[in-house]
Amino acid sequence: MIPAPFAYARPTTVDEALQAIADGGEDVKILAGGQSLIPVMRLRLAAPETVVDLDRVDELRGVREDGDALVIGAMTTHADVLHDPLIGQYAPLIAQATETVADRQVRRRGTFGGALAHADPAGDLPSVALALDAEFVIAGPNGRRTVPAADFFVDYLTTALEEGELLVEIRVPKLAGQWGMRYEKFNRVAQAWSIVAVAAAVRREDGHIAEARIGLTNMGPTPLRARATEAALAGAEASAEAIAAAARSAAEGTSPSSDLNGQADYREHLAQVLTRRAVSAAAGL
Amino acid sequence: MTSINVRVDGASYSDDVEPRTLLVHYLREQLGKVGTVVGCDTSNCGACTVHLDGQAVKSCTVLAVQADGREVTTIEGLAGGGAPDAALHPVQKAFHEMHGLQCGFCTPGMIMASIDLLNENPSPSETEIREGIEGNLCRCTGYQNIVRAVQQAAGELSGSAGGQA
Repeated sequence: MIPAPFAYARPTTVDEALQAIADGGEDVKILAGGQSLIPVMRLRLAAPETVVDLDRVDELRGVREDGDALVIGAMTTHADVLHDPLIGQYAPLIAQATETVADRQVRRRGTFGGALAHADPAGDLPSVALALDAEFVIAGPNGRRTVPAADFFVDYLTTALEEGELLVEIRVPKLAGQWGMRYEKFNRVAQAWSIVAVAAAVRREDGHIAEARIGLTNMGPTPLRARATEAALAGAEASAEAIAAAARSAAEGTSPSSDLNGQADYREHLAQVLTRRAVSAAAGL
Repeated sequence: MTSINVRVDGASYSDDVEPRTLLVHYLREQLGKVGTVVGCDTSNCGACTVHLDGQAVKSCTVLAVQADGREVTTIEGLAGGGAPDAALHPVQKAFHEMHGLQCGFCTPGMIMASIDLLNENPSPSETEIREGIEGNLCRCTGYQNIVRAVQQAAGELSGSAGGQA
């Protein structure tokens, strides 16, 4: 299977990329690592008029510190995220989830920003970005704007990115010290997408849980926060019983789909079980 | 058409390709490197795995234009840079000796992925090997001997590295 013909642009800077997008006609696709886009183009589910390939835009790669935040370039590959010492120190949840994305070869090409902009409900990184209160820096013809994770994911495969815009970097608050984190993923076979997964970050204080942030993967058309469980955990004792009780409300407010991998009620059950496991591990239990 | 310059298995090539040409089709049809095979054509099976600048990628999910200015190594370039009668790469030799194949269709990709794994982790556990080659499917389900082959290659590669030190 071969993609339909397209015009190809290979900019080397963000400004050139924005120009190429503006000049690309009605149907422009931005190629990051290509591990979702190229398969979709091969199947002719997408047949863009122009492809703007970010592969050579070096300023979009790498992880750096900026005060209280980590700044992750949109074109940083999953493989580079996995081995980045700053991610390991301040956002190990990202590394844990990234390790479960697809397989070795796909992680060599696939990118952090590409996975977020694709916004697949079963993708692992959107719920992590939501749990960590990440911010998305978007470049467009009129300059840059910053969108919080809670507003970035709009619907199934749909984000706050407008036509002509480009995701350039993701800012993640540094969490260290008393924070523990865990990504719990449930899937059917190797390299499969999540049936359900849970991203948890927990701050402990004097034997109690001071704060818990919980992101849910594939429990609706967008990633979701398990707000009822978060509220139940705030100030709760860091015990197996308290966590199990709080996790029972993990599926509140979700709208999971039914498909070949599982019915909606099964996904609700998984969300509770995986939330209990993820929060327990993140709390050091 | 877009012109590209690529090094493949040690030789330089300058070609005009359509932007939509997949790397695997360029390798097989334009360069005749048919050692790299197309398996599933959906980025799942890993049979088409090659190294792009030393890293394993699925060549059905990379555009040929993306290899412009880069170095590609296929299964055909492993044994002494592709010279006839050259000694097999230690991972090829291990797959041969441990019979890490049944029909052999997945073997080129399995070997390229295994080398990438061993470059990153020279002495993987059995679990790490199974996870390391999760992007490659053997439809004969011959995984036991494939894992044994990677274990043997790891031993030989780390032994030879130790000998040089």
